[in-house]
Amino acid sequence: MTRLLDVENLAKSYAGLAAVRHVSFGLDRGEILAMIGPNGAGKSTCFNMLNGQIRPDAGRIRIDGVDTTSLPPRAVWRKGVGRTFQITATFGSMTVRENVQVALMSHGGALGRWFGRADTRGRDEADRLLALVGMAADADRAAAELAYGDLKRLELAVALANRPKLLLMDEPTAGMAPRERVGLMRLTAEIARAEGIGVLFTEHDMDVVFEHADRMMVLSRGLLIAEGPPETVRRDPEVRAIYLGEGLVYDARHQEARADASTSGPQPEARA
Amino acid sequence: MQLVFVQFMTGLASAASLFLVASGLSIIFGVTRIVNFAHGAFYMLGAYVAYTLTDRFTGAFGFWFALLAAAAIVAIVGCLLEMTLLRRIYQAPELFQLLATFGVTLMVQDLVLLIWGPEDLVGPRAPGLAGAVEIFGKRIPSYDLFLIALGPLVLAGLWLLFHRTRWGVLVRAATLDRSMVAALGINQKWLFTGVFGLGVFLAALGGALQIPRDAVNHGMDLRIIVEAFVVVVIGGLGSTTGAFVAAILVSQLNAFGILVLPKISLVLVFLVMAVVLVVRPWGLFGTRPPPAQASIGMAVRPWRPLAPGEIAVAAAVVAAVALMPLWLGHYALTVASEILIFVLFAASLHLLMSVGGLASFGHAAYFGLGAYGAAFVVKAAGLPMLAAIAAGPLLAALGAAVVGWFAVSLSGVYFAMLTLAFSQIVWSIAFQWVDVTGGDNGILGLWPDAFAASPAAFFWLTLAVVTPALVWLHMVIFSPFGYALRAVRDSELRAEAIGIDRRRVQWIAFVIAGTAAGLGGALFAFLKGSIFPDVMAIPTSVDGLVMVLLGGVETVLGPIVGAVVFKALAMWLISQTDYSKLVLGAVVVALVVAFPKGIVGTLADWRDRLTARRGAGPSDAEASADATAAEPPAGTMAPAPSPATVAGRTRP
Amino acid sequence: MSPTATRRLLVAAAFALALPAPLLAAEIKIGEINSYSGLPAFTEPYRKGWQLAVEEINAKGGINGDKLVVISKDDAGKPADAVTAANELVSREGVVMLTGAFFSHVGLALSDFAAQKKMFFLAGEPLTDAIVWSKGNRYTFRLRPSNYMQAAMLAEEAAKLPAKRWATVAPNYEYGQSAVAVFKQLLSAKRPDIEWVGEQWPPQGKIDAGAVAEALAATKPEAILNVTFGPDLVKFVREGNTRGLFQGRSVVSFLTGEPEYIDPLKAETPEGWIVTGYPWNGVGTPEHDAFLKAYQAKFNDYPRLGSIVGYALMKSVAAILTKAGSTDTDKLIEAARGIGVETPFGPIVFRAIDHQATLGAFVGKTAVKDGKGVMVDFVYRDGAKYLPSDDEVKKMRPQN
Repeated sequence: MTRLLDVENLAKSYAGLAAVRHVSFGLDRGEILAMIGPNGAGKSTCFNMLNGQIRPDAGRIRIDGVDTTSLPPRAVWRKGVGRTFQITATFGSMTVRENVQVALMSHGGALGRWFGRADTRGRDEADRLLALVGMAADADRAAAELAYGDLKRLELAVALANRPKLLLMDEPTAGMAPRERVGLMRLTAEIARAEGIGVLFTEHDMDVVFEHADRMMVLSRGLLIAEGPPETVRRDPEVRAIYLGEGLVYDARHQEARADASTSGPQPEARA
Repeated sequence: MQLVFVQFMTGLASAASLFLVASGLSIIFGVTRIVNFAHGAFYMLGAYVAYTLTDRFTGAFGFWFALLAAAAIVAIVGCLLEMTLLRRIYQAPELFQLLATFGVTLMVQDLVLLIWGPEDLVGPRAPGLAGAVEIFGKRIPSYDLFLIALGPLVLAGLWLLFHRTRWGVLVRAATLDRSMVAALGINQKWLFTGVFGLGVFLAALGGALQIPRDAVNHGMDLRIIVEAFVVVVIGGLGSTTGAFVAAILVSQLNAFGILVLPKISLVLVFLVMAVVLVVRPWGLFGTRPPPAQASIGMAVRPWRPLAPGEIAVAAAVVAAVALMPLWLGHYALTVASEILIFVLFAASLHLLMSVGGLASFGHAAYFGLGAYGAAFVVKAAGLPMLAAIAAGPLLAALGAAVVGWFAVSLSGVYFAMLTLAFSQIVWSIAFQWVDVTGGDNGILGLWPDAFAASPAAFFWLTLAVVTPALVWLHMVIFSPFGYALRAVRDSELRAEAIGIDRRRVQWIAFVIAGTAAGLGGALFAFLKGSIFPDVMAIPTSVDGLVMVLLGGVETVLGPIVGAVVFKALAMWLISQTDYSKLVLGAVVVALVVAFPKGIVGTLADWRDRLTARRGAGPSDAEASADATAAEPPAGTMAPAPSPATVAGRTRP
Repeated sequence: MSPTATRRLLVAAAFALALPAPLLAAEIKIGEINSYSGLPAFTEPYRKGWQLAVEEINAKGGINGDKLVVISKDDAGKPADAVTAANELVSREGVVMLTGAFFSHVGLALSDFAAQKKMFFLAGEPLTDAIVWSKGNRYTFRLRPSNYMQAAMLAEEAAKLPAKRWATVAPNYEYGQSAVAVFKQLLSAKRPDIEWVGEQWPPQGKIDAGAVAEALAATKPEAILNVTFGPDLVKFVREGNTRGLFQGRSVVSFLTGEPEYIDPLKAETPEGWIVTGYPWNGVGTPEHDAFLKAYQAKFNDYPRLGSIVGYALMKSVAAILTKAGSTDTDKLIEAARGIGVETPFGPIVFRAIDHQATLGAFVGKTAVKDGKGVMVDFVYRDGAKYLPSDDEVKKMRPQN
């Protein structure tokens, strides 16, 4: 049986500067894979190639055996890929429920219709998804006035609307309070395992990674330098070297400080 | 060879003034994001003030002093305007400031007439530069040589200002990222005022420098403003070098173009812009703007369709309107028909502008195409009126399909300018293709069929066409397609990530909006009995923008209210006074200050506050607190974006 | 002063006070529409002209004893707004006829409106030939010498010039295009040896004068026909003067001798151009002297051509109303066909065949006197002599 996600020799460079250098990896159904690496390691480029926002220079991406290399995001989405963004992207002028409804209508192929009211379409299903991510109480609020953590949860609900086989989550817990992070990832893991969804996520918070990832992969300067179960990777000397150099891992105080700053409001710059 | 040289020099000289005006516009836009429609008015004021001063101060010193003094005086006026008017409305939705500057332009036109009288004024030649210099056997005016030298000097001066002074560096930083400057704790207020003053100074200087070449006249403002916009867009927004190169490009193409095709100048600059924008969407020296700053639609009040009770109210309003022939006279009914037609026009623009986030500056083209389409059907095919009203919009749909296909690749001001360019091209086809369109003399004899000949009957016909069209537009807004359209407006990234094809959705919206406008145009042709190219010229497009903005760009019913208020006011004023522009401009400015979110938007705010005050529940109180926090009351001077705005803006 | 008051003003109020009340018993209201806000340089003197005429008419007992009242509206230079104004005048004010208009397209829109609503319309200024010929209708009359007539007057003079190589410059719209076309046709008919070597079509109001002047010079013409006016003319003249375009070349120019256009040029007025126009201080006929005196006394300003048009327009209106003795449209048309009217330029006739008045124009040369542009060596050309034959007119004009 083919793997859910099969990436071969993916490469991308900008103006001669290699951002991702021939990375290959795979992901199975129901598996949760974390992609970590210091800033500038190529995680975002890699992610954006997977859902079609960036065209790779070389390599092949197959999802459930179907070649999706170089397809635009909307086509990749139709192959069953849901995604959340590092800096959330939602429809600010709509209510929380409507955000999910739009995704549901798109999945159902209804968005081309000029007639009939849209706000009654898929309402129950939207409410079910919102309940799933714990946003049911906020269904009628405008997305523009949500707190950052709530936006992340809304994005998850939207990403689940097309019953994806594969979920791509770019820093899903960034900007959330520590308690919220664990909750959101636990929820994601439950859904993934129950529905057999493969999840690929990037993350800075190692607690989250070690608690929820089945496997992890480490990128550095566009290269895949380690891959395997968290415990194995953790002991990898090369990884340790990189991370000790960065001073990011295991520094609990640093993590706390970041979390505190994040809860006060959206601060994309802090993570950029 | 001689001719090539002399045309080249002429082109360079023409470019100088254009560059001054365009660079000022570009700087203002880059920093304040204001599409300064009044820039042409400042150019004109510069020329008039310089005329008066050169009259008073003669001699070489007096002349040059007069030019600089005129520019400085007008710059001060500009600063005062910024401080008293624009500062109050930086918070308002993007383009709303356009409305304010449009009002100012109207006022200046009549003020100039009152102060300087109606006649063209011819100022003195520049002392010492009145003659010509013979180069390669050709006489080149010495003043041209002066202008040719001045252009690069001003460019160099601006470069030094922006790269060698702290103030200039701040201006450049603000151009790149406005929120960053706010974060640095710079006093944005004075930065904006200074930039506005500098831009106005350049415009006024450009106008003052025309004194030795041109007649100072009332049409100067509108003549220069569109061309300046075009130059700014070709060069790339915010880039002074771009403005310089584009000004030269446009002037040279014009100087040489007329040798080959003498009638080309009418469209040339728009053709160039259309080509540049299609090939290089951000202009020659522009960089891709930060991903669409969705400022429209960030209202905290999500749209909802009319509730049953509200539908009943709307039906009652329509019924009341339908009864108007019982108590209105013939004239009032023709006025009412015209207002209805413009309600449809504004509503069609609203679909594109508010729902789609695409502000078209050339929407009149489709209104006009609908009118001409109907006229062709009557004149060429000899079909009756109803067939023409049905067929006319097809031409508009076709035009919108072609233009929209190119235009939806762009967004923001670039989209606005490309639509403007195409509308000018359509206009000049109607203007020049005399055999088909009758040119400037138009198409006459488009009167309604006998059954609708009376003003009452035509009014009912208009109502019977416009009402379903409005209902349909309303349905589209709340249909799944309408959600898709708002989705791509709010976040292209998210929309594409859930399978929505942005270009396709926006293209369809463009065609729908064009078709609805065309329907209005077809009715308009029969209301007036004739059709002329001027109906699809820029003023009609601007009227449409003003109606939508006045009503409230973030509301659903805004365009209807805006069109009724604006059109009724404009028609009444024009009938009552010769200074209708002065009064209309003042009213527009007053409305902008009083209703910074448009009439409907502000009314809705009031209603919300009232409900919140009455509401007892704690959650209600909290929501109202949120709403008020996000919306500083009108009149507060707070150029720094509120937290809510920052959140909205930084989210791509 | 409020302009509303101006137009609503019973223009003869001052005089009415001096008259016994019963003398001016009823009112006859006529509607007047012009581009007051769009083109004040022309329409301000024009308004003064017709106000003077109305005052005189009412002072002399009005229209068969009824007072002439003019209700005036602005069209902002847009045909659509002109039609709105016409609707208001006809439906709400109950005027008995419409008059006015400057721009040709506004004139055509009003003419079509008049035909549709069966309303009498007397166009003052619009120059387009179409308004009485190809798009003429029985409800529309026109006062000013048309494009064709002015072209014919100028072509007559141009034919006397030795020049064989001609170039043209005209604003790129119907007025400029038809002026050039008629002039070419008439001059070529008189002088088959003439060669048309170049043409320039700057957009109205946006001439790139230096480039246009050089492009014209490059075709090496011996003579130039100019149709630009207003600010375009100023720029063209300035560039042409500086660049020596007019040296050793004859220039024939439409309208340039009208005070509206020649006065702003002041000392920069090019000398020796053959132009149509209005030398207001040199006409010297008794009828014009009387007009001039009255005008200057009332407004403390000299008349422009617009003043003549406005004055003659209202005099024509009065003559038609008086002759018709009724306000019925058909009777007005009947009265207007072939009616003779006294104007400051002398007697004119509204031709029955095409409703065109025979008002003429002065043709002369430009010169500079005391730092001002003036016309010299001018002759009044009677419009009646510069119209095509009746057969040609019948072919051009829809018969109705």
